[in-house]
Amino acid sequence: MERKLLLEHIGVEGINTHDVYRKNGGYSAVEKALKTMSPDDVVEEVKKSGLRGRGGAGFPTGMKWSFIAKPEGVPRHFLCNADESEPGTFKDRYLMEKIPHLLIEGMILSSYALGCNQSYIYIRGEYMYVLQILEKAIAEAYANGWLGKNIKGSGFDLDLAVSTGAGAYICGEETALIESLEGKRGNPRIKPPFPAVKGLWDRPTVVNNVETIAAVVPIVNEGGDAYAQIGIGRSTGTKLISASGNVNKPGVYEITMGITVEEFIYSDKYLGGMKNGKKLKACVPGGSSVPILPHYLVCKTAAGEDRLMSYESLSDGGFATGSMLGSGGFIVYDEDQCIVRNTWNFSRFYHHESCGQCSPCREGTGWMEKVLHRLEYGHGKMEDIDLLWDIQRKIEGNTICPLGDAAAWPVAAAIRHFREEFEWHVKEPKLCMTKNYGLITEKTFETVKG
Amino acid sequence: MSETNPKFKVTIDGVEVEVDPGTTILNAARLIGGDVVPPAMCYYSSLKGSGGKCRTCLVEVSKGSEKDPRPMPKLVASCSTPIMDGMEVKNKSSEKVMDARAGVVEMLLINHPLDCPVCDQAGECHLQDLAYEHGKSNTRYEFERRTFDKVDIGEYIKLHMTRCILCYRCVYTANQLTEQREHGVLKRGDAAEIGTFIEKNLKNDFIGNVIDVCPVGALTDKTFRFRSRVWYTKPMDAHRDCKCCSGKAVVWMIGDEIARVTARKDQYGEVKEFICNECRFDKKDKSDWTIEGPRHIDKHSVISANHYEVEAPAHTPLLNKA
Repeated sequence: MERKLLLEHIGVEGINTHDVYRKNGGYSAVEKALKTMSPDDVVEEVKKSGLRGRGGAGFPTGMKWSFIAKPEGVPRHFLCNADESEPGTFKDRYLMEKIPHLLIEGMILSSYALGCNQSYIYIRGEYMYVLQILEKAIAEAYANGWLGKNIKGSGFDLDLAVSTGAGAYICGEETALIESLEGKRGNPRIKPPFPAVKGLWDRPTVVNNVETIAAVVPIVNEGGDAYAQIGIGRSTGTKLISASGNVNKPGVYEITMGITVEEFIYSDKYLGGMKNGKKLKACVPGGSSVPILPHYLVCKTAAGEDRLMSYESLSDGGFATGSMLGSGGFIVYDEDQCIVRNTWNFSRFYHHESCGQCSPCREGTGWMEKVLHRLEYGHGKMEDIDLLWDIQRKIEGNTICPLGDAAAWPVAAAIRHFREEFEWHVKEPKLCMTKNYGLITEKTFETVKG
Repeated sequence: MSETNPKFKVTIDGVEVEVDPGTTILNAARLIGGDVVPPAMCYYSSLKGSGGKCRTCLVEVSKGSEKDPRPMPKLVASCSTPIMDGMEVKNKSSEKVMDARAGVVEMLLINHPLDCPVCDQAGECHLQDLAYEHGKSNTRYEFERRTFDKVDIGEYIKLHMTRCILCYRCVYTANQLTEQREHGVLKRGDAAEIGTFIEKNLKNDFIGNVIDVCPVGALTDKTFRFRSRVWYTKPMDAHRDCKCCSGKAVVWMIGDEIARVTARKDQYGEVKEFICNECRFDKKDKSDWTIEGPRHIDKHSVISANHYEVEAPAHTPLLNKA
């Protein structure tokens, strides 16, 4: 059955204000938790729900929470990662912009569960108008007694503040976010120690994505078991997908995990099919850092099964024939799009956003960008393709933080699946400036299988 | 727990060693000494927070620990990974490590100017040694190299940012050795640069040590620049009474003149005791110093090529000392 848990009341006029939100059942989860549940009960419900981090890595949230160190007399902190800057991902912005109180409610529940009395929302600097919406909502929450000292007579205190980034993608990495929040240069820290032991100001800290925090609200309301019933396998609940590219209806959708990719792209309920009746060429299912899938692997896995919108099914086949759900930035390409140009564009982004701390990423991202630029503009050589493969191989896994991997994966996947298109750019340097290669082959999953 | 099991056992390239819990893989390897020690461009044992950045010390952990023998999925930076009891580490014996290290060296070199023939650091440059050991003789990089203007950051020190490999050692030195935080990293990615923000700003008593900690020729001594190649000078251990530092230094002589003064470094190129600016820059007269005798320089270094040493003291690994 189709359920909306996060965006249920999104259409209600004035849902961004406290009063309307409250009338539509808002803050009932906080009431329930503070009155009837202990902090450990909340953690237990989240564990039961099987909720996995929505920021990209998909780590089980309940488990992450249980890792937090609890030394005597040391305050703990809970941080919301709203530094959403991955190309193709814009789900958190939509959530915060339309229904900010849902995030605040989730923050209260999570902070209560972890025993934190000072929590922060770290939002990217470009979302300045969202910051204003959030600050207004927080002021309303304070005015109505949901934040501050002794919330609703429960004895639980929570202060919530919003802090902005200054335009660095890297500050979405949790330790860089902590550094930035401390007022330092946003360089990722070397782990271990992990934030759960030594995070913000060397205190135990948990960092979660906006959507993960919001999902705690329905989990508390309906119970972890009920939440776990939704979805498929270990991908429980619903997921916000921000869809963009050559489709009829791009936008943010809340899907139940486990619907097929085919349904998501082609049904009128979701993306409404390809724009202008073109053919699907490729799809990046989880934000720019995840591997791109060629058309014959989008709707079917290499084994010929239907590909589903879930953590497991999208990564079926590993990186050889699969991808990742990632942060849910679903980018669809039609036959007129150039994969080399797209890869160069992504690569340019990671080059620009590398913090410059560790050598493979600092030097390698720039190098890849230059080589891809040369290929895209018809000055490439055949050796460049192997060179790119070798550079990405030397970045991946050898860096401090996952930005190196995020820079390497799209390049690797593009070469893996679209090598012919790269070769065509070398062979037809003039033609590639005016025309696009089109669909690589008319391969279907049957030929892949055979 | 520490009383019942005070030492952890770790095997690096097949050599077993027992170390205190909390020791990093790199320091455990240094206890063994010799070939099993991974190179380190950014780690500096006396600087808190250094390490983890250059990725030249990557090693493979083929067995996590006695309790959890699973290998670690990725290569880890040996300078910032603490050992576990029963851990097995592969450095030179792992092809994966050697391949990744060659990759890191290549990355470090693509934007390095390779102006060694005119660089003061040549002969005592860690990047030179590293490239000699792990680098290739040709480059695959065909684009313009990144360049910066030379910056005057103080009376005694020249910053040549083009040569910098962003190891952050000088930043930690400036932060931890001197009282003010007057020197940091500006910008990001491959545009990042070391800077003081305000020119000619480095002037406290110990700032000269950033020259010693710099693994390349990015920070050089203005009083010595272009005076001589280091291998034409003779390093001598010397000391003097100094009010603000230990006064233990190395003086580099040309004939009877002192060409430059540096701190004493150990076999991994790390300063043992930091010296003050007065000793380093102002005391260039032989009468200022009590000369102890020739400084032992590792025999593979180009500096020892002119046989200034009468008799080299035997190499003592750290392990035997303890």
